[in-house]
Amino acid sequence: MAAFGTGAGRLAGRGGSPGFRFTLYALLSVIVMYLDQRAHYLEQLRYVLQAAAYPLQLAVNSPTAAWVWLQESFQSREALQAENTRLHATARDLELRTMRYESLARENGELRGLREALPPVADRWLAAEIVNIQLSTLRQRLLLNRGAVNGVFKGQAVLDDKGLIGQTTHVGPWSVEVILITDPEHAVPVRVERTGLRTIAVGAGDTTSLALPYLPGNADLKVGDLLVTSGLGGVFPEGYPVARVTEVHRDAVQPLAQVRAAPLAHVDSDSEVMLVWFRPDHPAAPAPAASSGGELKSGNPAMQPQPAAPRNHPPQTPSPAVPAPPPTREPAPPLPSQETAAAGTAPAAKGPRPVEGAAAAPEQEQP
Amino acid sequence: MSVDSRTQLLLSALVALILTVLPLPHWLDVVRPAFLVLTVLYWSVNAPRAGGLAIGFFAGLMLDAFQGPVLGEHALALSLVTYIAVREHQRLRSKPAIQQAMIVFAFLVVYEIVLFMIDGWTGHPVTSPLRWVHTVSGALIWPPAAAILSYGAGHRA
Repeated sequence: MAAFGTGAGRLAGRGGSPGFRFTLYALLSVIVMYLDQRAHYLEQLRYVLQAAAYPLQLAVNSPTAAWVWLQESFQSREALQAENTRLHATARDLELRTMRYESLARENGELRGLREALPPVADRWLAAEIVNIQLSTLRQRLLLNRGAVNGVFKGQAVLDDKGLIGQTTHVGPWSVEVILITDPEHAVPVRVERTGLRTIAVGAGDTTSLALPYLPGNADLKVGDLLVTSGLGGVFPEGYPVARVTEVHRDAVQPLAQVRAAPLAHVDSDSEVMLVWFRPDHPAAPAPAASSGGELKSGNPAMQPQPAAPRNHPPQTPSPAVPAPPPTREPAPPLPSQETAAAGTAPAAKGPRPVEGAAAAPEQEQP
Repeated sequence: MSVDSRTQLLLSALVALILTVLPLPHWLDVVRPAFLVLTVLYWSVNAPRAGGLAIGFFAGLMLDAFQGPVLGEHALALSLVTYIAVREHQRLRSKPAIQQAMIVFAFLVVYEIVLFMIDGWTGHPVTSPLRWVHTVSGALIWPPAAAILSYGAGHRA
């Protein structure tokens, strides 16, 4: 047996020797990598591969989906009635909250010296179901059951009813991959709602925390501060709630403060999320960035076009105390934040508590 | 025999791919072995004619579609590992299971090093030590996995 040595001789004849074929495949891989990385020529190939992968991902998800379906269909009448009552109560609350929205929006427009009230920045939205979910330290991604046929595009904002979830990365015909704001490769430009301080929130690799690594030690920041999107960076519009500060650590030796924040969106308990389209001409819409949206997720958050941020609409947006007119779907979170700021730290604990509670378990399991 | 083993190869690769993308709780996800890599390794050692380098390349491309930051990354790493396995299949096949497991560990480390370097070059650096855990769990699961695959293949030991 040893006489055959490497065995290369036996395998020759079908497309050359293994060494030759390996060189061929290695070259092919390198070319594919180069094209994908540098020139983004391979969107078509990705599109096809994603289409091919989707049935498998659906099949893998089907046991869970079947279980959820079974549970839903055998729910008791009482449970359904209780849910119905609860939903009615929620709907009434939301109606009360939005009752004065129209007049406030008009008043806001008058104060800004505009001829008419601005329409909501969110143009339309689409509910999408989560098909597959990857929540490892290396990758935090979702797969949604909407794709190019529904008009989904790359770099689109994804929200749930509590806050920002992430943005779309790879769009397939029927599915789309979403990179979460907690993915270690993701960075989202944010603004501290209380002070207007702008910084960048970087994913920390677990669903319960974001890191704010670029704040100096003397930055005005308190536990409980709400972080909203700043509208810079070209993907997310201004004023959407992102996270609440949970931990501020100032070390006299370190020049930078170590800050952690808990995302408001409940990614691990959601089953549906919203894909949102924004009015491009709205002042609160994401600034049309010089670079493409796809480059935002590059590993180095310092590369984000944050400081430059060319805005087309000079006067309105940067004024600190004017958040975007909240789109109709947006629930309470932004409003209590201002109370929080006024009342100091007392109510601060109530914000992050549910987030931490809901997802404390996975965090503890990490070594 | 060749056609037969090729069907088996594709079937087992499909199962391995499903195991790879199956959503798992976090701690299980960390120790999850690279099933597809193990399967491709098994077939390149035991039936190098059935799949060979092509199956390594295309399995890698599939992995890229599911979880690669850059297309071609897993394809290159898996082609390299497959190439070494096909080249040395005569020697590997005759080794006892424990030694095979240790060699598989080396293969998985090489595979992960290639991924690690490409990750770094393309600007997606993941320096968490957790990414190396699967090399150990993959080596541990090799003997039973190889036994199952060879049982499925019937006549091959």
